[in-house]
Amino acid sequence: MSTDTIVSLPDQSTARIPKVNFLNKENGLLSWLLTGDHKRIAILYLISITFFFFIGGALAGLIRLELLTPQSDLMATDTYNKVFTMHGVIMIFFFLVPSVPATLGNFLIPLMLGAKDLALPKVNLLSWYLYMAGGILALYTMITGGVDTGWTFTTPLSTHYVNTNVLTTGLAVFVAGFSSIFTGLNFIVTIHKMRAPGMTWFRMPLFVWAHYAASILMVLGTPVLAIAIVLVALERTIGIGVFDPTKGGDPLLFQHLFWFYSHPAVYIMILPGMGVISETISTFSRKRVFGYTAVAFSSVAIAVFGFFVWAHHMFIMGISNYSMLVFSLLTMLVAVPSAIKIFNWAFTLYKGSITFETPMLYTFGFMGLFTIGGLTGVFLGTSGTDIHLTETYFIVAHFHFVMVGGMLMAFLAGIHFWWPKMTGRMYPEKISQLAAVVTFIGFNLTFFPQFILGTLGMPRRYASYPPEFQILNVFSTAGATILGVGYLLPVLYLTWSLKYGAIAGNNPWQATGLEWQTQSPPLTENFLVTPIMDHEAYDYEWLDGQKQKEVASVG
Amino acid sequence: MSQHHEPVEARMNDHDSQGNLEEHEHHIVSPVVYLIIFAALLVGTALTVFASYLELGILNPILAIAIAVVKATLVVLFFMHVKYSSKLTKLTVGAGMFTFLILIGMTLSDYISRAWGRW
Amino acid sequence: MSDSPVLVHHGEVEIAHEHPHLPYQRHHFETMAQQNDATNFAMWLFLLTEIMFFGGLFTAYLIYRNWYYPAFVAGSHQLNVIWGGINTLVLITSSFTMAMGVWCAETRRQSQLVLCLVLTFILGLGFLGIKTIEYKEKIEKHHVPGFHYSLQSFLNPDSDKEAKAAGDKPMALDMARHTEVYFSLYFAMTGMHALHMIIGIGILGFMILRARAGGYTTGHITFVENFGLYWHFVDIVWIFLFPLLYLISRHAQ
Repeated sequence: MSTDTIVSLPDQSTARIPKVNFLNKENGLLSWLLTGDHKRIAILYLISITFFFFIGGALAGLIRLELLTPQSDLMATDTYNKVFTMHGVIMIFFFLVPSVPATLGNFLIPLMLGAKDLALPKVNLLSWYLYMAGGILALYTMITGGVDTGWTFTTPLSTHYVNTNVLTTGLAVFVAGFSSIFTGLNFIVTIHKMRAPGMTWFRMPLFVWAHYAASILMVLGTPVLAIAIVLVALERTIGIGVFDPTKGGDPLLFQHLFWFYSHPAVYIMILPGMGVISETISTFSRKRVFGYTAVAFSSVAIAVFGFFVWAHHMFIMGISNYSMLVFSLLTMLVAVPSAIKIFNWAFTLYKGSITFETPMLYTFGFMGLFTIGGLTGVFLGTSGTDIHLTETYFIVAHFHFVMVGGMLMAFLAGIHFWWPKMTGRMYPEKISQLAAVVTFIGFNLTFFPQFILGTLGMPRRYASYPPEFQILNVFSTAGATILGVGYLLPVLYLTWSLKYGAIAGNNPWQATGLEWQTQSPPLTENFLVTPIMDHEAYDYEWLDGQKQKEVASVG
Repeated sequence: MSQHHEPVEARMNDHDSQGNLEEHEHHIVSPVVYLIIFAALLVGTALTVFASYLELGILNPILAIAIAVVKATLVVLFFMHVKYSSKLTKLTVGAGMFTFLILIGMTLSDYISRAWGRW
Repeated sequence: MSDSPVLVHHGEVEIAHEHPHLPYQRHHFETMAQQNDATNFAMWLFLLTEIMFFGGLFTAYLIYRNWYYPAFVAGSHQLNVIWGGINTLVLITSSFTMAMGVWCAETRRQSQLVLCLVLTFILGLGFLGIKTIEYKEKIEKHHVPGFHYSLQSFLNPDSDKEAKAAGDKPMALDMARHTEVYFSLYFAMTGMHALHMIIGIGILGFMILRARAGGYTTGHITFVENFGLYWHFVDIVWIFLFPLLYLISRHAQ
């Protein structure tokens, strides 16, 4: 194991943040609120997403506190229902779906492609406003009594049996959905039409490929959720009967429409994270990603297969045995491209010169946890075992391993990796490494016991449970506390670094992407001259050549 | 999956000279074409109304859908200029139809097979 | 910013491509062609989302039509084919005038463009007017799903003009109640379609003002083109809605 570091910072006594950059080009609140600059919009998103993450996190804390004891003693059971519903709604629609795409994707895709901006800057800004409108509506629902249907809005519960704010929550999700559609649309257009000369499809960083695949899902999947929500709203307000069994409607149809989006939504959440991992793995093992083409196509394959598997969320809901069989088999297919990615990343590490900076620590966290999350997904995709494991804590543990262990780790890896590019400053390395380790430990302590709880049969979505489950629940709550610390630390030191961090220079990690070849933080126009891409992605020899050229010209 | 491959190759070719600009010249469709299509759409409408009054059994809905598909295709190809557009546009239309059919087809597969073996 | 030449690095040599930066070219595009291509592609992607949005409704329609076919037939008989047919013609004509509008913009005929847009606008309003008449009929007969829904026309078809004309037989209560599902889908689908029309007419109004000021006849016609795509898409939705909702088994039973 090497203890070396690849970090190369400029001489701190002479280095300065570039005089003109996108952060200080214009000043004043209005220059931010009316900006068309993708980097500024990314920063706006980063701030708002962090805000919603901590709201959702606080709700998660409440859930874990309630589950510390077998009785429902901290809050009433219906309050508990509202808390886990709002936790789900906020975390999924206001954190996970936009997390990497809207912040890192927004910031980096034009930079990586050598473009000046996304293709549709105004639409980009509009999608941030839609996100905020949705988010404020969600907060409004939370303050005025919440909603207790679960984030899935399952009918007929949502249409007939609850008196909570289903309509406003539905509207919040609807609006946020359009924000997501516009982001995805913008990315697809940008990737097709805005690439710099020489930037062919197979020279694009894998981060961009992953976003391309996720964007396809956003554009094609989200409208189906929108129409499902509209129908729920109509059912609730005027009773149109499309999902109402007493009038001849089929409640399962709602689930078909809902999961047609919400299963691909899982890939909307994880694919951009996988894109981040491809970048960090390559940079910190100083090697081109093994099997570049396979990894690129596996992203697209995940996106396409993602549309064929949705009914595995409905195995116990009463779909036909035959389609259960088909959807179960198709679900197994998704394991193939996911495994392709994991294996190729592992091969990238093989004989690489690996260093263990913070983003890499998070990346290792991702690889381990995502693999566990993915493999337990195979248990759930198998209809036989699913019948026993679904609606238990096993499934809760499974998707938290994928979403928190996978996506959130990837998000933090990405934030730490590109923080110097976004702000021009480095964070304190030792404490950030500590945060990564704390997060990993806290995460495992929180969610691993839940696998055991699930196999023992503890059902999800209840405020109370039999006393024999308490020990494992105490472990889980203790873990959640550690996890909370792990998430608070980055906020503190990253904020600190804004003023006191070391000057990062253009390329602190010696990475190859086009985004590292411009100043940090970048100019509003990204590049002084339109770059010409004359080498493959992850070409470290090209980078060495560039450095030698620089030395020669300076010397 | 294959529908995502094609633009890749298509774009690879025109890369050397000018970034990624697909500069095919703007094709102006003549009003005569529009007029013909318009007439065809009117005929189609009359036809679909007429057909619905015939007793064709199972063929009635099939014929109605077939006429609608033909009409829609005419609108897409000529009014919406897809016939004269880039491969990418054609592909986009194709991808939309594909996902639309997946949504309908795979949902229906559940409904059709629910009662199997139960009668 | 807009008229500064764009510098492109070609290896060691620097060549200044003198792209003429037209006033409507956004700064982040290299050429006008790139900008037009990008916005056109974006519009198509938006239409993809629209296809999927209506896709959910069509799925629901297909399932319930198979389940409750007699109810769908009886429900469909309540609709007026004449009004529906006229509306189809109105919409197709408006699609034609829109297509001609795009052609006028392409060939820079300002007054004809305004005429085409105004015609499209009027036809769109006409469509909505006829739709209102039809909706009013449904409201009067209590065929709007929900609290006041009435089964009268289906349980006792002789008391109902349309049902009698179509020769409907009285339905069993169980199936008659499912006509409500038919009308739910009728209102959801035509309502969503009408909403798209209303948005389109609003944009048309704005475009007429711009076109009168000569906004689209100076060579930059992306907006007209893309709006045309939207308008034709709305037309296509109706091309499917008409036979699916109005023309289910019109022949004598």
